[in-house]
Parts: sequence; structure tokens; C-alpha cells
Amino acid sequence: MFDDVPILSIITFIPLIVALFLIFITHISGEDALEQLEKNAPRVALIVTTVVFILSLLLVLNFDPSTADYQFTETFTWIGGGIEYRMGVDGISMLFVVLTAFLTLLCIFASQSSIKSRMIEYMVAFLILETFMIGVFCALDLILFYLFFEAVLIPMFIIIGVWGGKNRVYASYKFFLYTLLGSVLMLAAVLWIYGYAAQEFDRPTTNIETLSNELDLPVGAQTWLWLAFFASFAVKMPMWPVHTWLPDAHVEAPTAGSVILAGILLKLGGYGFLRFSVPMFPDASVSLAPLIFWMSIIAIIYTSLVAYRQKDIKKLIAYSSVAHMGFVTMGIFVVNMQGIQGAIFQMLSHGLISAALFFCVGVIYDRMHTRDIAFYGGLVKAMPVYAFFMMLFTMANVGLPGTSGFIGEILTMIGAFQYNSWIAAGAATGMILSAVYALHLYRAVIFGEQSNDKLDNIEDMKRHEIAVLASLAVMVIVLGVYPSLITDITAVSVENLINRFNVATGQE
Amino acid sequence: MNYQLILPEILLALCASFLLGIGVSKKGNRAPVIRNVAIALLVIYALVGPVLGGRSGPAANGMLMIDAYAHYLKFFLGLSGAAALLLSKSYLKTEKLDHFEFSVLLLYAVLGMGVMVSANNMLALYIGIELQSLALYVMAAFNRDSLRASEAGLKYFVLGAISSGLLLYGITLVYGFTGSVDFDGIAAAVASNGYSSGVIAGMVFILCGLAFKISAAPFHMWTPDVYEGSPAPVTAFFASAPKLAAIALMARVIIGPFDGIMDQWQSVIIVLALLSMFVGAVGALMQTNIKRLMAYSSIANMGYALVPLASGGEEGVRGMLIFMTIYIISITGIFACILQMRNRDGVVEQISDLSGLSRTNRGMAFSLTALMFSLMGIPPLLGFFGKLFAFWHAASVGLVWLVVAALIASVIGAFYYLRIVKIMWMDEGGREFIAPPASLAWTSTVSVAMVFLTIIPFIAIPARGWVEQASTSLF
Repeated sequence: MFDDVPILSIITFIPLIVALFLIFITHISGEDALEQLEKNAPRVALIVTTVVFILSLLLVLNFDPSTADYQFTETFTWIGGGIEYRMGVDGISMLFVVLTAFLTLLCIFASQSSIKSRMIEYMVAFLILETFMIGVFCALDLILFYLFFEAVLIPMFIIIGVWGGKNRVYASYKFFLYTLLGSVLMLAAVLWIYGYAAQEFDRPTTNIETLSNELDLPVGAQTWLWLAFFASFAVKMPMWPVHTWLPDAHVEAPTAGSVILAGILLKLGGYGFLRFSVPMFPDASVSLAPLIFWMSIIAIIYTSLVAYRQKDIKKLIAYSSVAHMGFVTMGIFVVNMQGIQGAIFQMLSHGLISAALFFCVGVIYDRMHTRDIAFYGGLVKAMPVYAFFMMLFTMANVGLPGTSGFIGEILTMIGAFQYNSWIAAGAATGMILSAVYALHLYRAVIFGEQSNDKLDNIEDMKRHEIAVLASLAVMVIVLGVYPSLITDITAVSVENLINRFNVATGQE
Repeated sequence: MNYQLILPEILLALCASFLLGIGVSKKGNRAPVIRNVAIALLVIYALVGPVLGGRSGPAANGMLMIDAYAHYLKFFLGLSGAAALLLSKSYLKTEKLDHFEFSVLLLYAVLGMGVMVSANNMLALYIGIELQSLALYVMAAFNRDSLRASEAGLKYFVLGAISSGLLLYGITLVYGFTGSVDFDGIAAAVASNGYSSGVIAGMVFILCGLAFKISAAPFHMWTPDVYEGSPAPVTAFFASAPKLAAIALMARVIIGPFDGIMDQWQSVIIVLALLSMFVGAVGALMQTNIKRLMAYSSIANMGYALVPLASGGEEGVRGMLIFMTIYIISITGIFACILQMRNRDGVVEQISDLSGLSRTNRGMAFSLTALMFSLMGIPPLLGFFGKLFAFWHAASVGLVWLVVAALIASVIGAFYYLRIVKIMWMDEGGREFIAPPASLAWTSTVSVAMVFLTIIPFIAIPARGWVEQASTSLF
């Protein structure tokens, strides 16, 4: 169906083109027209993101899960010197494209009512962000990947800084500089690889496929390169101890910003590990895996404990994200079928669940303008529908069987168990701890006595809020009872990744 | 003698003198006419080399070498001079500084730069630098009734004279030990006799003199004061063309006469690069005046531009050319915005005056935001590719540590560029700028810069083939 069309480029760049068009229009229109545009910008953005989402669904329907090759590939000459504009998706990246399109659509939809100022700029920022995020998952060239990967910072900086909470400026700086510092180390490594590949192949190339399949890096260099890439992905992920930007960014970001942050941006790190660290530096991935496991286990246990002590709802969820990402890194670096399948599943499912939780926080924040846990209590009486959704997503976050959260965690733990039972045991305590903080939050906010008078007149969820959460709820349950929806698509690619890894490290 | 090749320079010199004569002898304010003629001249000067097929060869008894390298640089020097004139118009008018000498001086400065980038002889090098510098000293003090501008001019002159002294001293040393002032002659002498400590000392002096011109640390002290004191259009010009010319000349010097002693100059360049990028990045952190901030930013950027030079070779020169080209495009765009900073009380230069710009002037806020992210080197903006091309050669010849240092400095630098973005988008309460009458110049310059910054990266880096030609011609 998409044989002759550069479908990935179309999906990627439609939002950017519309955003540039919106900027252009604001420049040439007068005061009256601007007012009109403020009203229409959200509608335009909604149409665009819907189109992108539908296209991404069509893409999945046309995706052939029986091969590990990249599909829908397109190659154009770009800046020369072996650097090409190359796009394509395989089983690993395919579903992230859909997730991005889906969450952006929900964000735009949910923001229509919650954002009060500078509608045009807000929509422009989200559309640009969508382009960059989809681009990251489609890029098959190292430089192109880096371009999208780092470009994400620009719109996110503006989103947190302009529409965020009280301490937004501090949070946006911290987010930007922290992640930038991580990425530039990766850039240095990319430049080194470029030079090395030019010597090895007698022609420079940054083609990700060629680099990961054919380039044989010396073990000593692998360690350094692995660490440089690690610096970037670990910050993005974020892994303990470089996770400290995340709670600040989450707390200050507007609801939709938090959703994108937790839903997509955190996954860029995990995706990077899968796409680069494991296939390109297999030896280093083996020798440095213990480092990852330690950091993952500490992240799971420590941040779960920290989460329990939080007074701010968003901060609590932010720390729980760090803990959940610990399962992902653990799953990736055990490098077996269950581990990696679980890691991908966990990333996708956490994308849905954390997004849903942040939407839930947004619902009460829009009404009361506080995220203080102590402020709330007894919401179940005034907001029964809300209590239902919150319960569902809290349980999913804990990893209750029947929800998607369970599948991801159990798969990564099975994977880890085959590798080393102690690691799996450490991670399992995290599951218990996650129940502790999540149920604590639920009890404090939804149950208990309603002691605060201000909550007397709080409204239950409106129709559009229900629509957002219901769509996420359906996804979470469907994936929970029928995980093959995801694992069938990813299986062949993951198997291929593992086979290559085993050959490279001599385990076969 | 081959006069054809230097015909553009000869014509430029004659026309500049002719315009000077007209300006002095005719009554009334001839500044607008002279400016328009000067702009036209500069555009012609920029285009003549590439359009006429880029004929090359030695000229003026081998004093100058007109090659693809020179053509490439003259193209950008001419255009950036023309842009500076175009942008200066409304500023000079409202500040009552609209004298015809400005255009004439700028023409002489560009002429000097033209000589610099095609120099093939130490004397031509010196003449080019002096011609350029003397014009720039006067331009710095162009607002002679302003104390700060006079101070800037004087400071620039005194320190510039010292650097010229260093340069001359170096040239005499090199002449004394090699017996030649000709680039080829020096190279031959170094190749056949090996080098002595005298040549090395001479080379270091010459490099120091040139480092002063590109405001590389530790020879950067004059930059913030001169940038701040000079009238804004002059600063805009200072930040672009002279930097490009001086660093291009530096490349000529290290690749030409001193090619054989790369291990000697490499360490000098590395030290200059390292110091510049960190002095620039750290120095800018606490600035409140936007021109001072841009001064430190230019110091840091010169540090990055020296990284590819330090890695040497054709690839290195290419990286430097691409980086500098992108840099002057960005800097012209930024100064086009800075020149717009004027509220009811007159010209303002504090960064805090930009607060709330995203509400009062969306167009400028969007442009300046993109320009700042580009200078930061964040993709997908063009500035990222500048750094990419500048650094990748260095990374493959064993200077990875220098690249890492440069990248870390650029993270520090990101902080102050972010501050400008933050002030525009996240602070409130700045007073609205008055839109000046000649916004056509602004719009065109900024839109050209914006097109370059945002759209070009996705299509291709346009000048690449040309840059390759230019850098090859140097070897």
C-alpha cells in the first residue's frame, strides 16, 4: 500500500509543516485574525494529530511482523559524507510510533480546556515535538537519530517553561542542561564512530544497520563508546542516580507536558539502549551489564521508597516512573527473549499507564490547582467516576494481573531470573513497594474522610476527560489480557537482535 | 603582473576613494546615496569571483593568491558587509549618526579583508590586516560624542597596535631565520633546512597577533568593551566579517608557510581553542548587556572554530569554513534583532529589556529563539551542523578529548543562550519595542537567516561542494 510513498517522512513531518505554517500565519495576521486563530489553532492541531494517528495505524496494519528487516524504508541523499537521510521501522520501533501518535493526540485533545493562554504557541510546540519524537523512532541514520533525539529538548523546554507551574523556569533549565550534557557525550562518541567506520569500510557511513551489523569495534573502544551512549540514555531514561531532573520537570510541566515526558521521552533512553548499546557494543554490554543491574535494582527499590514519602502527587508518580524504568533497563541487558520483550512491553505499557495517571492528576489539578496529597481526601463521594479510573490505573501501575503493567514486569523478571535469580529477587521487592506507594496515594486522595471544605463542590469528570481516560483504560486492559498484540509484532525483530548479540559475544 | 585577478580589489579601492571624495566635496547629506552605492559595490564584489568562473592564480607578483578559497571567503565577506550596511540604516538615522564615512570605512575594511584572505606573503598579510584594522578602529569610535564609543575606539586601537607589533616582530623573526617573507619561500626553507627555534618563536608571535584579531583567549580582553562601547551596527559588523577574515588568514598561515611544523603550531592552536571556549562560556554567564554577552559568545565560538584548525589538513579547513559560514549567518540574524531593540526612551541593550517579547513581538521572539538554539548547537537548526562539521575531523585524528571539552563548553554556553530564550518567553513586563520604519531590511535579513537555520538542514548543506573546492585549493 505504501510502496511508492515516503510514508514515514509524511507521518513525521506533517506536524512540523503545519506548525511552521501556523507560525507563518501568526506573523501576517492582524489582531482580530489572531484572536480567531487562538480559537482555531487547537482544532487544527487536533485534525493534524488525528491524521497522523490514523496513518500510523494504517502503518501497523501494513507492517509485516514476520521479518526482522526494516520496513517502509526510504533513503535520500542528505548532507553527504556518508550521512544519509534514512528512515524505516522494525518491530522494535513500530509500536513506539503509534504510541507517540496516540499520546500526542490525547494531549492535544485534553489541552483544549486546560490551557488558558497562548494557545497558538502551545499547539505549535506540541506539533513540533510530535515530529521530533516520531523522527527519533524512524531514523535509521546515526546523525539523523541524534538530530531528532536532541531536538526534542527545544519544544519541551518551552512547554515546561511557559505553561508550567510556579518553579517552571528552574525545572526547564534543569531538564535542558541535564539532558544536553548527557547527549553531547553521545555526540562525541558518534563522531568517533564516524571516523572509525570511515577507516574500516573505506567509506564513511552512519547507517545504523551497517554499523550494528558489520562494524566490529575493538573491545577497549566499546567500553568508552558504551559509556558515552550510556550517559545520554541513562539521563533520558532516567536511571538512578541521574534521575533528579525528572521529578522537578514533571511537577512543573503542564499536564500534557508530563504525559509526553513520561509517556514518550523516557522511552527514548530505553529505545536507544536497544537500538545502539546492545547491537553495536555487545562486548561492553556484557561486561558492563552488572553496572546496569545494580543501578536498576537501586532505582527500583530506592525510588519506590522515595515515592512513598512524597507529598506531591505528581512527584510521587514521577518517582514511580523511575522505578518502572528500572525494570526496563534490567530487562534489556539480560538480553534474552523474555527480558527484551518484557522491556519493550513495559515501555509501551508504562507509556499508557503513566500518561493516564498524569491525566488523572490533571483532572483534579484543573479543579483545585494544587497537587498536595494532604489537600485531598474522600474524593470517592464527589467523584465516583474519577475514583473508578484512578483505581484502574493505580492497579495497573502496581502491576495487577489483567492489566498491561503486569505483563511487562513479569516478563522482565522471568528474563532476569534466567540470568541471575538474585537480580530477579531484588526487582520483585520493587513490585511490593510499588503497591505500597500506589495504594498509599489512592487511599489518601480517594478514600478517607473528606476533611477539606473546598472539596465540597468539586465536579466529577466531564465528558471529554472521560473520553481520554477511557481510551487509555481500554488499551491497558486489552494489552493486559491479550499481550500478543504487542509481542507478535516485536518478536521477530527481538529474536534477530538476540541472535546477532549471541554471535557477536560468542555465546552461540 | 596579473592585474585581472585583483581587478575587484582595485575597483573596490578606487570606488571607495571616489565615494570619499564625493562625500567630502558635495554639500548636504549624501550618506543615503553613498550607502546604497556601497551596498551595490559590496554585492558585486561578493559575486564577481564566483560568477566569473573563479579564475585563480598568483597576483601582484605573488603577493596575493587568488584561489577558490579566496573567492569563497570574499563572497561571504562582501555579503556580510552589505548586510551590515543595510541593517545600519535605520539605527544610524535615529541616532543621528548618519554620516557617509560609515559606508566608506566599511568598504575599506572589506578591502583589507579581501587582501587578508588572499595573502600569500607576510607583507600582504600585514597590509591587509592594517587596512582592515585602521578602518575598524575609526568605526568603533564612530559615535564620537559618546564617551563609551571613544573609549572603545581607543582601547581597540592601543591593543590592536600591540598585536600588530607582535605580528611584525614575528614576521621579522621568520624572515631572519628563513630569508623570505613569501609563504612559499618560507615553506621551502622550513622543508629543506628544518626549523630552528627562531622560526618557531616567529610563528608563535604571528599566531598571537592573529589570535588577537579573532579575539581568541587569552587575547580576548578588548572584545567585551569594544563590543559594548561601539554603536550596535558597528558591533554587528565586528562580530561577523573581520572574524571570518582573520581566522581564514590564520588557516592560510598555518597551512601555507608553516605546514611542515604542524606539531608545533598544533599545540598553540589547541591552547587557544581550549581557553577561548571556556573563557567565552564562563564569561558570558553573568552578563546583563546583550552586546557584551555576544562578545563572550563570539570568543567561545572562535574557540570552536579553532578545533577543526587544530586537527589540520584539508578536512580541518573545510570544517572551519563551514562552521564560520554558519556562524556569520546566525550572528547577522541575531544582530538584526538586537538593532531592533529600541523603546520609547531610545536604544536599549539590557537582556532584561527583552522580557515578554513573545507577547509584544512574536515574529522577533520566534526568530531570536531559533537563532539562540542554533548558536547553542541544538539540532535540527543549522548551528548543530556547524559544530558537527567542525568537530568530526578532530574526533578522527585523535583529538577526541578536545571535542569532548568543546562539547562540554557548549553545554555551559547553552545556559546563557537559554537565559535569553527564557527572558523572552517566561518573563513578563518588558516594554514594547518601537517598530522602526525600515523594517524591510530587518525582515529580509532575518528571513534569510531563518530559512538557512530551519529548512536547509533537512534538504542539504548547500555550500558543501563549494567549500570542498575552497579548502582543496589551499593545498
